[in-house]
Amino acid sequence: MVTLLNTIEDPFARQVCGDHGDQPEELLEILHGVQHERGFLSEAALRTIAYTLNLSRAEVHGVASFYHDFKREAQAKTVIKVCRAEACQANDCDDLIAKAENEYGTKLDAPAKEVVLESIFCLGNCALGPAVLIDDNLYGRVDIERLKSIMESRK
Amino acid sequence: MTVRVYVPCDAAALSMGADDVAAAIAEQGGDKVEIIRNGSRGMLWLEPMVEVETDKGRVAYGPVSKADIAELFKSDFLNAGDHPLGHGLTEQIPYFKKQERLTFARVGVTDPLSLSDYEMHDGLAGLKNALTMSPSEIVAQVKESGLRGRGGAGFPTGIKWETALAQTEPQKYLCCNADEGDSGTFADRMLMEGDPFCLIEGMIIGARAIGADTGYIYLRSEYPHAIKTMRRAIKVMEDAGWLGENIKDSGTTFNLSVRVGAGAYICGEESSMLESLEGKRGQVKVKPPIPAIKGLFNKPTIVNNVLSLASVPIIMDKGGAFYKNYGQGRSLGTQPFQLAGDIKHGGLVEKAFGVTMRELVEDFGGGTHSGHPIRTVQAGGPLGAYLSPEQFGVEMDYEKLAEAGGMMGHGGLVVFNDKVDMAKMARYAMEFCEIESCGKCTPCRVGAVRGKETIDKIMAGENVSENLELVDELCDLMTEASLCAMGGLTAMPVQSAIKLFPEDFKERST
Repeated sequence: MVTLLNTIEDPFARQVCGDHGDQPEELLEILHGVQHERGFLSEAALRTIAYTLNLSRAEVHGVASFYHDFKREAQAKTVIKVCRAEACQANDCDDLIAKAENEYGTKLDAPAKEVVLESIFCLGNCALGPAVLIDDNLYGRVDIERLKSIMESRK
Repeated sequence: MTVRVYVPCDAAALSMGADDVAAAIAEQGGDKVEIIRNGSRGMLWLEPMVEVETDKGRVAYGPVSKADIAELFKSDFLNAGDHPLGHGLTEQIPYFKKQERLTFARVGVTDPLSLSDYEMHDGLAGLKNALTMSPSEIVAQVKESGLRGRGGAGFPTGIKWETALAQTEPQKYLCCNADEGDSGTFADRMLMEGDPFCLIEGMIIGARAIGADTGYIYLRSEYPHAIKTMRRAIKVMEDAGWLGENIKDSGTTFNLSVRVGAGAYICGEESSMLESLEGKRGQVKVKPPIPAIKGLFNKPTIVNNVLSLASVPIIMDKGGAFYKNYGQGRSLGTQPFQLAGDIKHGGLVEKAFGVTMRELVEDFGGGTHSGHPIRTVQAGGPLGAYLSPEQFGVEMDYEKLAEAGGMMGHGGLVVFNDKVDMAKMARYAMEFCEIESCGKCTPCRVGAVRGKETIDKIMAGENVSENLELVDELCDLMTEASLCAMGGLTAMPVQSAIKLFPEDFKERST
């Protein structure tokens, strides 16, 4: 009875499903809920969610892999989401990205332990670009100096 | 006596340090000041814009930083004292004064979460009227107003509602599309953060009109502040009896909740959004059946954009005839335009349809922020066309813009200076389509990848004219054969860039 044992692999994921009435249509909310607490969606969490919502693992995997927000691996300590949409490009976000890559010794969208630079497409701050989002905090008119001082103030 | 000081809590203002400014004013002002966190007035280059209430009206200072607070107190800003950051009465600032604010009438004026403030500024007047009217009377008013979907497609809202009303299924849904993913647009966000009750009021009216008892606001995860504000506003409306069972004994029941997206641009497409609301992959579906007949969970469903729904309260308050007095031709009412990109005075300008692009970009916008000349404007989001300054005389309405080869979209204008590389922008349009395609249909899924590769070759100077021809053919194919606007409109920015700025593509051949 391997499957049954698997169902209790992740009690937290199971609890989040319960909070949403075990309703399969709340799958996105459930995935958000688990990821918010854990930082990413583990294999065990996805298996538990599939079993609890009476969905196939393929269906849950399909949803988790479709949306850019859902992460399947532990994330870096700090994720700097840099807007790369047109309005921020018009304010030379590419220059900010190049300098930030240099400053933090990483590449855009490459995995890292400490600081990850992640592409995002539009933060709705298009009159004050380049825009950056760090932990739900939005910043406007960000150049490398401003980014460095924001990162400094987070320490 | 305490002085009321307004410091916006709009995300754009927060992005420039509004929280620090509010804290510094509170600290120095002590019990002399009462700080109110309002939405933004939309003059985003002045954010954080602090307003002080005086006998003559609200006086603006901006952009204020934490470091300016001591000086402002020294200049007696609490009594409208002179200061280099002062702009006089907010409502006399030309950028604001020249606007026609209907949908955004309260944004930046009120405390977004104060229901009494909302009512004091004409909030709930439209809903109170609607609750005395039959569903078909409401639909008739909305049809009369000429309101068209502000999400981009421009379909008449009243006709959509009429279709859903005619369905006999007992279970219907009303969904608000708040997946504002287009670059250069932020009006939905500003409205949800600055006047969330207005959207809720519009949704209750819509629910009564079509007979829906359940509603969802599908809100993108990139907008954490809007999510928080909308959720709080729903709670306030529930507690006041404006949401829930048998609202104010009207016989209308409406339960509303926020569903958060997960970073997929395609979920702004309505069939994809409905799939996502069902907890599935946001894959586009073939229409028909249209959602008004078979939508969410196969039930009749109306999907409206934030701005469409938020325009309904004023239509129900002042009547369809009042609303259609604004605008021209088949584009009636007002459009909240958004000025973005490299622009000196970026922000929100609500004007009747028919204002020219030049007035928006040059008179309101004041040219570029960088000081370089404007080379192009992209209108209507990432799937919209690039326009050249020779075309700035175009009147901004759905039809006139389409005639000029452009698109209204969600009313966003992104300004680029003369340093822009249009080949790079065309490549980006393909790359964006590659990243965001739902993968359902081949022209979009594969076309975008091949398009990007071919533009790469052009940029590398490889068989430029043959490859340009290939890109053009590919664009035509994507336009004709894609299932939805994602693949279908990606050609717009690409082909307009090649047509208007051929030098950016040909120079590389040497």
